[in-house]
Amino acid sequence: MNYGPLIFLAAFFALAGSWSGFVLTPQLQIGRLQQTNTIGNPTAAYPVARPGLAQQGLDVYRANGCAYCHSQQVGQTGTVLEIALTDAGTNHPPIIAALLKLAAAPADGPTVLTALPQLEAARTNGGSAMLLDGLPKAFLRSSSREGANAAIKALYAAGAKAQLWIVPVGPDLARGWGSRRTVAEDFLFEAPVMPGSQRVGPDLANMGTRQPNVNLHLLHLYAPQLQMKGSTMPPYRFLFERRKIGLEPSPEALVLPAEVAPPAGYEVVPKPPARALAAYLASLRADAPLFNAPLTVPASATPATSTNAATTAASAK
Amino acid sequence: MNPNHPKSPFIIHNSSFNLPPSVAPDVIDASCRLPLVVLFLSAAVWLLTASAFGLIASIKFHAPGFLADSAWLTYGRVRPAAVNAMLYGFCLQAGLGVALWMLARLGRTTLAAPWMVIVGALCWNLGVAAGVVGILGGGSTGFENLEMPAYAAALVFLGYLMMAFWGVLTFHQRRERQLYVSQWFLFAALFWFPWIYSTANLVLQGFGARGMAQAVIAWWYSDNLLVVWLALVGLAAIFYFVPKLLNRELHSRYLALMAFWMLILFASWGGIPASAPVPAWMPTLSVVTTVLGVITVIAVFVNVFRTTGGKCLMRMSNPSLKFIGAGLASFVVVGFASAVTALPAVNQVTQFTWFTIGKGLLNFYGFFAMVIFGAIYYIVPQLMGQEFPFPKLVRAHFFTAALGVLLFAVPLAVGGIAQGLKLQHAVIFADIAKGTLPFLRASTVGDLMMALGHVMFLVNLGGLVFQFYRGRALSAWAEATAEIKTAEARP
Repeated sequence: MNYGPLIFLAAFFALAGSWSGFVLTPQLQIGRLQQTNTIGNPTAAYPVARPGLAQQGLDVYRANGCAYCHSQQVGQTGTVLEIALTDAGTNHPPIIAALLKLAAAPADGPTVLTALPQLEAARTNGGSAMLLDGLPKAFLRSSSREGANAAIKALYAAGAKAQLWIVPVGPDLARGWGSRRTVAEDFLFEAPVMPGSQRVGPDLANMGTRQPNVNLHLLHLYAPQLQMKGSTMPPYRFLFERRKIGLEPSPEALVLPAEVAPPAGYEVVPKPPARALAAYLASLRADAPLFNAPLTVPASATPATSTNAATTAASAK
Repeated sequence: MNPNHPKSPFIIHNSSFNLPPSVAPDVIDASCRLPLVVLFLSAAVWLLTASAFGLIASIKFHAPGFLADSAWLTYGRVRPAAVNAMLYGFCLQAGLGVALWMLARLGRTTLAAPWMVIVGALCWNLGVAAGVVGILGGGSTGFENLEMPAYAAALVFLGYLMMAFWGVLTFHQRRERQLYVSQWFLFAALFWFPWIYSTANLVLQGFGARGMAQAVIAWWYSDNLLVVWLALVGLAAIFYFVPKLLNRELHSRYLALMAFWMLILFASWGGIPASAPVPAWMPTLSVVTTVLGVITVIAVFVNVFRTTGGKCLMRMSNPSLKFIGAGLASFVVVGFASAVTALPAVNQVTQFTWFTIGKGLLNFYGFFAMVIFGAIYYIVPQLMGQEFPFPKLVRAHFFTAALGVLLFAVPLAVGGIAQGLKLQHAVIFADIAKGTLPFLRASTVGDLMMALGHVMFLVNLGGLVFQFYRGRALSAWAEATAEIKTAEARP
């Protein structure tokens, strides 16, 4: 009996199956993704390719293996609905009363998001104008759509206008690493894709929104322990040049505190890879509201989240 | 069944096969000698190289500034260099050596074209060296376990083909038509690697894929190499050596074949993390197939357990069995850990933590390397017809290796779980990172122990090879000089 061909066929078909599942199909499905528009802004295409310097920075990120310590994927455990007042009119006491009543509803209904004592205080001493300043502002948080709709109705009845906001939640988001989960669309123009598999350091999916300042990125690359005491991040001094100050100091030289400053007469200047890497880090943002990762971006509260413009602005520095 | 005396009621002995008589074991060993010496010695050197790089990477957690001013030795380059040296330099290379030997012995035929295998091995080593230097020089591709740049990958692929082709031919020329289970595993493994390696390299470095499709393909490749290929070769060795060294029959051929089918049908679909930002069906499918992997692990364990009659392999006096027993234990632990951590609820905790790294290294050092050490400690004295020059070092190697793996996997696993649990809450990240440091630093001790064991391995292996060829050279010299004297004396 000759089993050779049988083993060959078995292995062939087994591997062909997994090959078509995880090589061919992703190519057909993810590989055919196109730019989409963001929710609420039908003209903004997402994602947009990185500007040139940041694109070069991706190469520095790859060559130095930054992805072995930093992931670029934020997770979320779910979404909640927040009920925001957009217009409180002039007669505040009934609105405050309605809010308090809603907050006192059973556990599966809406609960008060902002501090309950403040509302109570507003009702008793008439400081309602201050409390209802700065609208739109979210007051209630609900886990069910029905509860949220009922709350909006109740607020309308009290004379206010309210909106429903979709807010992703999860430990990563609470830590300030992003405003929604990362999805395949965020990586559309990345080559190579480096989502990372470890968090020795913090997640970088939204590094650009957290720290848009390129100079601070450069400083962090040169001396990580300055901004974060006890950090295990290695310094990347080979991306910088320490040189004698010529006729006048270079405008690009790092402004270093005394403990890491070079001796007098010397300056530390970032080499092109360092500048590219810093531009790349500042360009990292994955917070556009998408169809499959929805979130509400309150228009007036945080104007910086109109992604495209902000990305270009941050990396053009 | 004992691989030396395979007797299966389901195989019909066909007398019409006019097979040439089988070759004596010592003739087979002689044909394998030089290629295997080349493969095993270079594998041992890579093993030590990987340990050195791994130690450098590990020390950086004690002092982040250690060797940080050199671009070539920055953490993000040294770590992939260590993994690639271990994976391609040691695991695949030594695994291929053991596979070729088993194929020749089980087929009762000499190794086909030993010289071509040597050329292939040289090409492979050149490729791995180019790849590791490339990674250190900043040429990494950015895909985990596939970091070697295209030029190195081409050499590695060519080297593999040159070795595996003669492995397939050896299999084809076998004089024993009955197949033992190990041959199924090995034959599938020979052909598995070129497919996944060429696909991954061509798609990721050649034609290019868009967006997360790249990551999915890289995960698919890693899973097929680290889970399927390593298990195919490692289990082939376990199923071969355990019955052979115990001089018993393998408990059940069918359980072993079930493990084979489970491995190629299901394990090849694993690898996509439950949280990956890709369409949900992909991680879901991976979770299901990874959990099914438990069946493979149980089948293998029961089979070996019944074969040994319930005795612990690690307590046997034969050092090869000790190593293989430790390898099997790690295989079981890794299998269960993979299945449990694939579940989305658990994955939520263990993803992005040191637990995953610990599990991956347990698969390399605990499972595969241990089994291969056991196999090499048996094979090389057979090839040379001599015992190891330092038999005590073999035992010492076992203790340092086993202790090293423990000291290194346990802290990473515990630290990883602690880290993952903290990541579930909005704790300040710097505190979480600091919390893992004691565990990381403890694991450096394990790294050191293992590196020590690898030195012992290299010394013993190199010593035996040196002793053998020195003996040969001396006797050749003696013969040559003696001949001249008699020739002069004759007239």
